[in-house]
Amino acid sequence: MSILSVTDLSVARGGVPVLEGLNFSVASGQVLILRGPNGAGKTTLLRTLAGLQPALAGQVICAPDAVAYGAHADGLKSTLTAAENLTFWAGVYGQSGIDAALTAFDLNPLADRPAGNLSAGQKRRLGLARLLVTGRPVWVLDEPTVSLDTASVALFAAAVQAHLETGGAMIVATHIDLGLQAQVLDVTPFRADPKTATGAFDEAFL
Amino acid sequence: MIRLLLRDLTLALRAGGGFGLGLGFFLILVTLVPFGVGPNSERLAAIAPGILWVGALLACLLSLDRIFALDYEDGSLDLLATAPVPLEGLVAMKALAHWITTGLPLVIAAPFLGVLLHLDTDAYRWLIITLLIGTPALSIIGAFGAAITVGLKRGGLLMSLLVLPLYIPTLIFGAEVVRRGARGFEVTTPLLMQAGITAGAIAMLPFAAAAAIRIALR
Repeated sequence: MSILSVTDLSVARGGVPVLEGLNFSVASGQVLILRGPNGAGKTTLLRTLAGLQPALAGQVICAPDAVAYGAHADGLKSTLTAAENLTFWAGVYGQSGIDAALTAFDLNPLADRPAGNLSAGQKRRLGLARLLVTGRPVWVLDEPTVSLDTASVALFAAAVQAHLETGGAMIVATHIDLGLQAQVLDVTPFRADPKTATGAFDEAFL
Repeated sequence: MIRLLLRDLTLALRAGGGFGLGLGFFLILVTLVPFGVGPNSERLAAIAPGILWVGALLACLLSLDRIFALDYEDGSLDLLATAPVPLEGLVAMKALAHWITTGLPLVIAAPFLGVLLHLDTDAYRWLIITLLIGTPALSIIGAFGAAITVGLKRGGLLMSLLVLPLYIPTLIFGAEVVRRGARGFEVTTPLLMQAGITAGAIAMLPFAAAAAIRIALR
C-alpha cells in the first residue's frame, strides 16, 4: 500500500524542464533515496512532491496533509529559543508535546538557548526535530545531514527508523549512507531536454 | 493561526524585531514639523490633519518589507506554505500582527502628537476614529505589496512604488474626515468611503497576497 506515488511526472525550474518521465511509489515503512549530480533536479522534484510548485506534467498521488517538507534552510527564528521554535511548529501542525522530539535529537540541554546562538549542526538537529512534531507520515527531505557530525547522523538515522516503524515513509536527497534499508533512485537518466521549454510565460511572473 | 499571530508578536518584541520603528519615525516627523513650519498656531492647525495622516502612512510603510522577507530568507515561508495553515490565513495573521505592532501604537500616539500641531479640539475624536479605521487597510495593503516583492532582494523600493498609490485613497479620505471634523462639517461620506476601502481590502487582498506568495515560492 503506497502512501505516495508518482506517475509520469515532469518537473520544471524557472520554466525550464529538468526531469521528466518519473515513476515511483513509496509505501509505509520505506525509504526512497534520490541521487544524482548537483543541478540534476533533486530539490525541484522534492519541492514538487511537497506541493510548493506545480508539476509540469504527470501526477503526484498522495493524501493531502501527508507530507512534511524539510528544506536546506531550517526555518528557525534566531530570537526564539529552541523550545519556542519547536512549540510553534507543533502548534501549527495541531500537535502538542515537544519532549519526545527534543530527546530524540539530544536537544534537552539546549532547549532554553536562543536558536541564533546554536551552532550549525545544532540548528540542523533542531530543524530535523521539527519533523517529529509535525505528526505527518511522509518526510520529504533535502540534504538533511548537512553540517551534522557522525553522532548526530546516528541520532537522525534512529529517528528515521522509529518513524518507519510507526508506518511512516521518507523520500530523501542525500549522499550519506544512513545505514537504512532503502530503495535508491538515480535521477540522472530522467533528465529532461531543456530545449523543450514550454514555460516561457512563467518567467514573466517570477 | 493564533500561534502565528503570537509568534509574530513575540518576534517583534524581542531584540531586533522592529517594534517601535514606525512609532519612532512618527514621533520624529511630527515633532520636527513645528520647527520646520514655524510656531504660527493657525498655520500648524491648518496642516495638522494632513501631517498626522502622512506621518502615520509613512510610518506604516517603513516596516512593511519585513513582513514576509524575514520568513522567506530563513526558509520559514517554505515550511509554512507546506503546513496545514492556508496561506490566506497566514497573510491575514501577518497583517494583523503588523497592525498591532505598528498601526495600533500610531492610533494611541496620534492624539498626543496632535497637541504639538495645535490640532482643533473637535478633530481629536475624528483623528482617532479615522486612524482606527484606516490603519488596518494600510497593513493589509502593505502585506499584499510585501507578498508581491517577497522573492526580490532589496525589493523595498519596488514595494513602496506599488503600495503608495493604493494608500492614497485611505490618506485622502482619512485627512478629509479630520479636516472636516475640525471645522464642524459633515463627515459621514469620507468616513464611509474610508471604511469601505478598509473592508474591501481586508476581504480581497489576503487572497491576492497568497497567490503572489505561491508564485514566488515556485
